[in-house]
Amino acid sequence: MITKRIIPCLDVKDGRVVKGVNFLGLQDVSSPVKLAEYYSKCGADELVFYDITASAEGRALFTDILRKVASKVFIPLTVGGGINTVDDFARVLNCGADKVSVNSGAIRNPELIPAAAKRYGSQCVVISADVKRVDGGFRVFAKGGREDTGLEAVSWIRRCVDNGAGEVVLNSIDTDGVKGGFDLEMLSAVCDAVSVPVIASGGAGRIEDFVRLFKALPRVDAGLAASIFHFGEVDIHDLKRVLRDNDITVRL
Amino acid sequence: MIAIIDYGVGNLFSLSHSLTHIGAEVVVTGDDAAIRRADHVILPGVGAFGDAAAKLRATGLDGAVKAIAARGTPIMGICLGMQLLLQKSYEFGEHEGLGLIPGEVQPIAEVIPPDYKIPHIGWNALEIARPHPIFRDIRPGDCVYFVHSFYGAGCGTALLATAEYGAHLTAAVGRGNVVGCQFHPEKSGDVGLKILKAFCEWEGTT
Repeated sequence: MITKRIIPCLDVKDGRVVKGVNFLGLQDVSSPVKLAEYYSKCGADELVFYDITASAEGRALFTDILRKVASKVFIPLTVGGGINTVDDFARVLNCGADKVSVNSGAIRNPELIPAAAKRYGSQCVVISADVKRVDGGFRVFAKGGREDTGLEAVSWIRRCVDNGAGEVVLNSIDTDGVKGGFDLEMLSAVCDAVSVPVIASGGAGRIEDFVRLFKALPRVDAGLAASIFHFGEVDIHDLKRVLRDNDITVRL
Repeated sequence: MIAIIDYGVGNLFSLSHSLTHIGAEVVVTGDDAAIRRADHVILPGVGAFGDAAAKLRATGLDGAVKAIAARGTPIMGICLGMQLLLQKSYEFGEHEGLGLIPGEVQPIAEVIPPDYKIPHIGWNALEIARPHPIFRDIRPGDCVYFVHSFYGAGCGTALLATAEYGAHLTAAVGRGNVVGCQFHPEKSGDVGLKILKAFCEWEGTT
């Protein structure tokens, strides 16, 4: 049986992990390499590195860091942030990334997903969508959730998948940071619309939220979170044991 | 010395680093002589079978692989590299493989229930069909990482392991000194590293 995946997401700026990571017994909590090794040992099934750097120097630093992480950690690595061209795909894939997630870049340039999928295969292309409820519908937001694109989310995601995206990360702006659980309604709408893996993001606050997610929506493939893992509020081993006790298949 | 065959297909970064990580001496090469000289050889690959088979032939390295296979050098095919070891593929047409292991490459869509997603992507447990030296450190329930839409069918007694995904999909094959893994050991954490290490220490006999 394929297992449900648990994915910590790390924000990297100028070569360091940001968003206050707070681990007991881990000295250098802002070193992406140390954190990646830590999560890999804790049972993370995959890691997402999000490059929030704006400058060219920062980008070069990021790829350098990525290369270091990929030489030490042998689980799938996804990279997002600042991916606007097929050359950006090449830049991070050559440093050991396995998948590349696109967000605003795919909104600005509709040719990006088909071009990347043709060159690297769909398994490599992840569409990451920030979605928020507006006037009773689901709307895609760009620029880190600041700008309403006016695009209807479910049809936009379906179009991205038709164009070659092999996986969807659905981040609900409505539940993000609230820690009241994943956005089951929004996830359900997207799962019904696409046949590729869907990764739930935004809203996880405790272990029970993951149990509820996979019980209510068996078609969701993975749960992604950041701060609850970084701050040690949820330990990935504990989480997986509880999932297993609830008859959800996980890798232990 | 372990040679990873570089024939212009896929990204060999993780594979070469995972081998370095377990202490192996690695060379990533498309050089015929270097491949023939190596103690162990890995045939990687991602993408479409037809393209990869054509590239392997165009570089002439198919001959090197067949020669070292006949000589007894341990060879491991990974993902598409495993599929290339088989006789034939039906991915976008009909293509000939290296024929080192019995079997044909078929779409998983033909054997899995319609509500299962394609590709088969993620961590799945290995079910060992026949013990093999590369699995010497693997325990029941150990998971490895898969990404594929086609699988090896009809491998007969060469079938070493399967993974359950609505059907028992071929996860590993082997005959004599040649083995193949459908999954990515270089992306399968400690379990994958154990398989790579066992391969590096294997002398090609079963």
